[in-house]
Amino acid sequence: MNKSVYATPDEVSETKRHILTVLVDNEPGVLARVIGMFSGRGYNIDSLNVAEVSNDENISRITIVTHGTSEVVSQIEKQLLRIVPVHSVTNLDQEGSSVEAEVALVYIYISDTNKKKVYQLCDFYRARKIENENNTTIFEIAGASERVNRFIKEINEITKVEIVRSGPVAISSIQKNEEE
Amino acid sequence: MNNEITGAEIVLKSLAEQGVEVVFGYPGGAVLPIYDTLFKQNSIKHVLVRQEGGAIHAAEGYARSTGKTGVVLVTSGPGATNVVTGLTDAMMDSVPIVCITGQVPQHLIGSDAFQECDTTGITRPCTKHNYLVKDVNKLSSVFHEAFTIAQNGRPGPVLIDIPKDVQFASGTYEEKNKIIIPSHRLFEPSPDFEKNKIEEAVELISKAKKPIFYIGGGCINSGPTASKLVREFINMVGSPVTMTLMGLGVVGSSDKYSLGMLGMHGMYEANMAMHECDVMINIGARFDDRVTGRLDAFSPNSKKIHIDIDESNINKTINVDVPIIGDVKQVVEKMISIWKDKKYKIDIDSLKLWWDKINKWKEVDCLNYNNEGKQIKPQYAVQRLYELTKNTKTFITTEVGQHQMWAAQFYKFEEPNRWLTSGGLGTMGYGFPAAIGAQIGHPDALVVDIAGDASILMNIQEMSTAVQYRLPVKIFILNNEYMGMVRQWQELLHGGRYSESYTDSLPDFVKLAESYKAVGLRAKTTDELDDVITQMIETKNTVIADIWVTKEENCFPMIQSGSAHNEMMLSKDQKQDKKSAEKGKILV
Repeated sequence: MNKSVYATPDEVSETKRHILTVLVDNEPGVLARVIGMFSGRGYNIDSLNVAEVSNDENISRITIVTHGTSEVVSQIEKQLLRIVPVHSVTNLDQEGSSVEAEVALVYIYISDTNKKKVYQLCDFYRARKIENENNTTIFEIAGASERVNRFIKEINEITKVEIVRSGPVAISSIQKNEEE
Repeated sequence: MNNEITGAEIVLKSLAEQGVEVVFGYPGGAVLPIYDTLFKQNSIKHVLVRQEGGAIHAAEGYARSTGKTGVVLVTSGPGATNVVTGLTDAMMDSVPIVCITGQVPQHLIGSDAFQECDTTGITRPCTKHNYLVKDVNKLSSVFHEAFTIAQNGRPGPVLIDIPKDVQFASGTYEEKNKIIIPSHRLFEPSPDFEKNKIEEAVELISKAKKPIFYIGGGCINSGPTASKLVREFINMVGSPVTMTLMGLGVVGSSDKYSLGMLGMHGMYEANMAMHECDVMINIGARFDDRVTGRLDAFSPNSKKIHIDIDESNINKTINVDVPIIGDVKQVVEKMISIWKDKKYKIDIDSLKLWWDKINKWKEVDCLNYNNEGKQIKPQYAVQRLYELTKNTKTFITTEVGQHQMWAAQFYKFEEPNRWLTSGGLGTMGYGFPAAIGAQIGHPDALVVDIAGDASILMNIQEMSTAVQYRLPVKIFILNNEYMGMVRQWQELLHGGRYSESYTDSLPDFVKLAESYKAVGLRAKTTDELDDVITQMIETKNTVIADIWVTKEENCFPMIQSGSAHNEMMLSKDQKQDKKSAEKGKILV
C-alpha cells in the first residue's frame, strides 16, 4: 500500500452505500449534468434530493445516495468535480459522522377494524396526522431511512397504504467554527 | 441607452476581444443575425465549410496546430447535431473549442419548431460545459467565461446556444477583464499544491534501475515549453521514453532516448520496456485501453508516477503510487529544479543494463515488412513521404484506421503540434477538415492528410472548401479498397469473413480532384511513387494523391485486445492463444 492521498487500496473493496452531498450553482441544467454523469458512466443513484439552500448566493445542495466500491465512489466524486457549476463534493461516509433524515407521507386506508391498530402504530413511531380538507388519514413520518422502512413494513401488515418518500438528506455532524 | 449593441454584435465583439482570427462555420436560419454582423466587419475571417462536421474538425486542426482556441459557428437543429461527433472528438482529445449554435427564438423553444432541437441537452455529455443564453446582457460574460473554460485546466469544447431573438435584442457589452469567474468553475492549482508529491516522485526516479517515461498529449496541451522541459528532464535522467499516439512529437523521433510509440500498434521495445520497467513516469497520458492492453498484466512490477491535470484520470483504470495533479510544464519545471538541487544521479550501471536489454528488443525490428515486388506497400509509401518532406515544415493529419497507425509508426515527428489525429474517439473523416484548419493556421506550411480510401469519403465534400480558399492541402490516400483495419480484425478474429469491409464503386480519385478544380495524381507502382510525392509537394493547389497499395497488408506489430504488453504479435503467422483471443473478441 502506498501513502498517497489519492491512493486506492490494492484489493477491491466491498460495495457499500454512500451519501454524497454536492454543492452546485443553481443554474439551468445543473441537475441534468449531475444525473447525466451518473447514467452516462454507469453509476447508480439510489435516491436523489435537490433544494436551494442559500438565497443570497444561489447555491443548491444535491444529496445523492449511491452504492459502489470505494474505488467507484471515489471516481464518482472526481467526475462530479469536473462539472463546471459544482462547488464541492463531500462523501459523508468518509467525513466520519453525519446525521441523515428523510420524510415520508403515507396515505392510510382506514376502517373500523384496523383503526385502533393504525393509530397505535403511528403513535409509536411518532407519525403525525396531517390535517387536510377531506380529512383523509395522511400521516407524516420523518427520520432515518431505516426507521421509516420499519414503519412502512409494519403499517403494510395492517392495511393498504400509499407512500411517497423524499429520500434521505444528510449533513456532516463534525463540529465546525462559525467563521467557516 | 447609447452604448447598447445587438446580441449578434456582442458575439462578434467578444470573439474579437478574445483574439479570434478565424471562424469555421455554415449559415442557417437561426444564425442569420450573426452572419449579417459578420458581413459588416473585416477583423474576423469566416471559412465556409460544406458540412458542419467539417467545420468542427477544421477548428480542431486549427486549434491543435496553433495552440489557440478553435471557433465554430453553426445554425440550430441539424447544424447543431452535425457538430456532435466533432464535439465528442474534441472532448476525448482535450481540444479547446468554442462552438456557437443558433437556436429558435425563445418563445418557440419547446414547440418542436422548424430546425429546433435541444442543443444543450444533446451536447451536455460531449462538451466540457455549455450554455443556453436567454439574456442578451449576459452574452459577453458567457463568451468570456466559455473561452476561459475551453482553455483552462484540461482543455475541451464549450458550446454556446443563442436563440435568434437574443441575437436581435440590444444589450450592453462587458469587457473580458471585467468578468470575474468564480474559482470553483476553473482549475487553479496553487504553485505549491503538490510539492511533497513531486519530491517523492523525483526521489523515486533517482532510485530507479529500469525507468521509463510514458508521455501523452497532456504535454502538448501544456504548450511548447512543456515539451522542451520534458526533453530536458529525460536527458538529465538518461531514461528511455515512449509516447502515446497523442504525444508523438513531444520528444523527437530521432532523439536517442526515444523508443517511439507504445500501445496496440506501438513499438515492440516500447511495450516490452513498459512491461518490465521498475519506475514508470506517466506525464500527461491517461492509461488509455489502446495503451495498456490487458489491465491485470499491465507493467506488473513498477512503481507508477502519474502527472495529470485532470484528477479523474488518477486511479481510473490503473492504480498509481505517486499521483501529481497539475500542469505538465509547472510540474516538470519543479522536478528539474529538485533533481538539480539534490544533485540526484541515476545508477549508471543498472541504467546501462536496462539499455542493453532494450537494445536487444530493438533488434527484433518490429516494423520490418516485406517490401518486395512492384506493388507499393503502404508502409513504404509513408516512409517515402517522410523522406521527401522531412526538410519542410510539415503538418500531418490522418483519418482513422490502418493508414493512421502506419503514419504513426513510419512518419518521424521531431516537434510537438505537427501531428493531428483523432485518438480518443477514432473519428473517420477527421483528417481532411483538420488539415484544412491546420493550413488556415499555417498558410506557408506543407499540410498532408494521410488518408485511407474509406475515411476520406466521410468528409470528401470539403474538397470544395479547400479549393475555394486556395488551400494547398495534400490528401495522400493509401488506397487498398478496403476498410483496412476492419478487414484486418475480420481476418484475425472473424475467420477472414470480410463482412461489408470491401468498398465497391470507389470514385476515380484523380477525376474527383479534377472535378473540384484541384489536382489529382496517382501512383500504381513503386517506381512511380517518388515522382508523385514530389509533384504533390510542388503543386501549389489542393492535391489528391491516390496511392494504390497492396490490398491485404496488415498493421503490425499488434497487441490484440485482451493481450498484454509482452504478448505482442509481430506477424500474422504468430497466432494469439485461443483463450485470450476469445476473451479479446468482445473488446474493441
